Amino acid sequence: MKFTLTSSPHQRVKRNTGQVMRLVMYAAVPGLIAQTWFFGWGALVHFAIAALTVVITEAALLELRKKDFELAIKDCSALLTALLIAISIPPFAPWWITVIGSFFAIAIVKQLYGGLGFNLFNPAMAAYVMLLVSFPVHMTTWSIPQALSLYPTGFFDSISIIFTGYSSDGYSITQLRTYIDGYTLATPLDTLKTAISQNLTVAEAIESPAFEYQLGAGWFWVNFAYLIGGVYLLKIKVINWHIPAGVIGGILLLSLAMYIFDDGKFASPLFHLFSGGLMMGAFFIATDPVSASTTNKGRVIFGLGIGLWVYIIRTWGGYPDAIAFAVLVMNMAVPLIDYYTRPRTYGHKTEHKKTIAVKHIDSQDKSE
Amino acid sequence: MNEYQQLTWQGIWKNNPAIVQLLGLCPLLAVTMTVVNGLGLGLATTLVLIGSNCTVSLVRNWVPNEIRIPIFVMVIAAFVTIVQLVMNAYTFQLYEALGIFIPLIVTNCAIIGRAEAYASKNPIKYAAFDGVMMGLGFTLVLVILGGMRELLGYGTLFSGADLLLGDWASAMKVTVFEAESPFLLAILPPGAFLGMGLLIALKNALNNRVESWVESADEEKVVQRARVTAES
Repeated sequence: MKFTLTSSPHQRVKRNTGQVMRLVMYAAVPGLIAQTWFFGWGALVHFAIAALTVVITEAALLELRKKDFELAIKDCSALLTALLIAISIPPFAPWWITVIGSFFAIAIVKQLYGGLGFNLFNPAMAAYVMLLVSFPVHMTTWSIPQALSLYPTGFFDSISIIFTGYSSDGYSITQLRTYIDGYTLATPLDTLKTAISQNLTVAEAIESPAFEYQLGAGWFWVNFAYLIGGVYLLKIKVINWHIPAGVIGGILLLSLAMYIFDDGKFASPLFHLFSGGLMMGAFFIATDPVSASTTNKGRVIFGLGIGLWVYIIRTWGGYPDAIAFAVLVMNMAVPLIDYYTRPRTYGHKTEHKKTIAVKHIDSQDKSE
Repeated sequence: MNEYQQLTWQGIWKNNPAIVQLLGLCPLLAVTMTVVNGLGLGLATTLVLIGSNCTVSLVRNWVPNEIRIPIFVMVIAAFVTIVQLVMNAYTFQLYEALGIFIPLIVTNCAIIGRAEAYASKNPIKYAAFDGVMMGLGFTLVLVILGGMRELLGYGTLFSGADLLLGDWASAMKVTVFEAESPFLLAILPPGAFLGMGLLIALKNALNNRVESWVESADEEKVVQRARVTAES
């Protein structure tokens, strides 16, 4: 029998980076399927474009930095970034949006800061924000659920729209967003925001066809699918509960408080939990081990912060959804959070004042 | 290297006000949306630098040490006013485009820095040359950064050259590619910061190569003849 001799710590490394990244990607499959079902094939086409771009960019930059690029590509971290970019951007955005975003994520946000493990910001979210700031029109044009669309799109339609801007039947993106009765439909979050700015109540806003059972049509199921994927990740211990619980808790707390305060102006907590990219953000984006906080207490605070920011920006900010901004803001706060939540070193007591007091009494006893 | 070569080397590469000393970043980041804006502000800054350096050098022996900074600032402010009025008269549209950043040249640390560090200690011919070279180094960075941002943002180069050089220059506009929608990041302030960071990184990456190349040329000269001036 042969035993391996290793020095301490004798911690069993169950998975390497590549396996973890691949597991996260597998867990995103239910969400991806739901997204494809409701919003067309766009996400998959964008994933193909993004994957190609990130692999080429990563290889080129590591070659420039004179490092082994094969290793870095095999760990799949870049592919995960590509996946997150592909599912965050609108399904019918033009192809060059994905190319620019993926290049930015890998080249500027990841490699210029030193590669995997050194990036301060979540690459996918930084790229998303860059795209949102640079191309606001393309980045805010979400397609509507297929079941509600006047012109449902097939696989080749999606490819055609992404590369030429028109479906194979010659419909433009604006036409494709037309609801069955001829109106252009916005996303539930957009609809709600517009309605409230026009002094309508939430109850009136959710009568729009963008809602179903008071929740976002289609969006509920997409979020639900990501929730399932996220719970799977928790179960196989790829991620810990701290960050997702923090995010969900943060948004739940604030939205519940505001909902109780005035349910005419503020949407229900359930709506907030299952709209936009919240579940995807809570389980797949905020849990990025590199740019998130590293202590357990810190992770809860990090998650809470994201949840609060998402609600604040959604409700009072200028953008419809806020996962990316919230994550970036909290990424910036990570060094501070880590500093104040350093865990107690083993063997050191937190109540050191007591020990000093005891010693003091001891010495007094002796002197007497 | 003689004093003039030394000043050229310092101003354009080794001690470049924008990418090494990181002075005057506010106008640098704010106006470099196009090449022409960058060039316009760069030329204005250069003119002020030459003027203030000459004047400070001329009066350097009469300025009491205790109040030298207020005096330098007033000299600079006078030259900025002159440049501002000249631009208002001859390149009005560019004057409008640059807006507040022309009067703000007064607060550009690169200028007061040169007045304090060099012009107040050296004779006028060197001070004037130092102004030219420091201004040139600053202008160069403004133009390169402006070029990067204009190219990425709008897909053009030298658009609006007629604002600076007169109507004939409108033919100078080069359209590199037709952008469906402008790449706003490059035009907005974050693009300026990113571009600036990339420029500094590029300078640092090339630094050793350029420095060894220049200094090896320098050493050969030193071998041939004795050093003429002390290094400042």
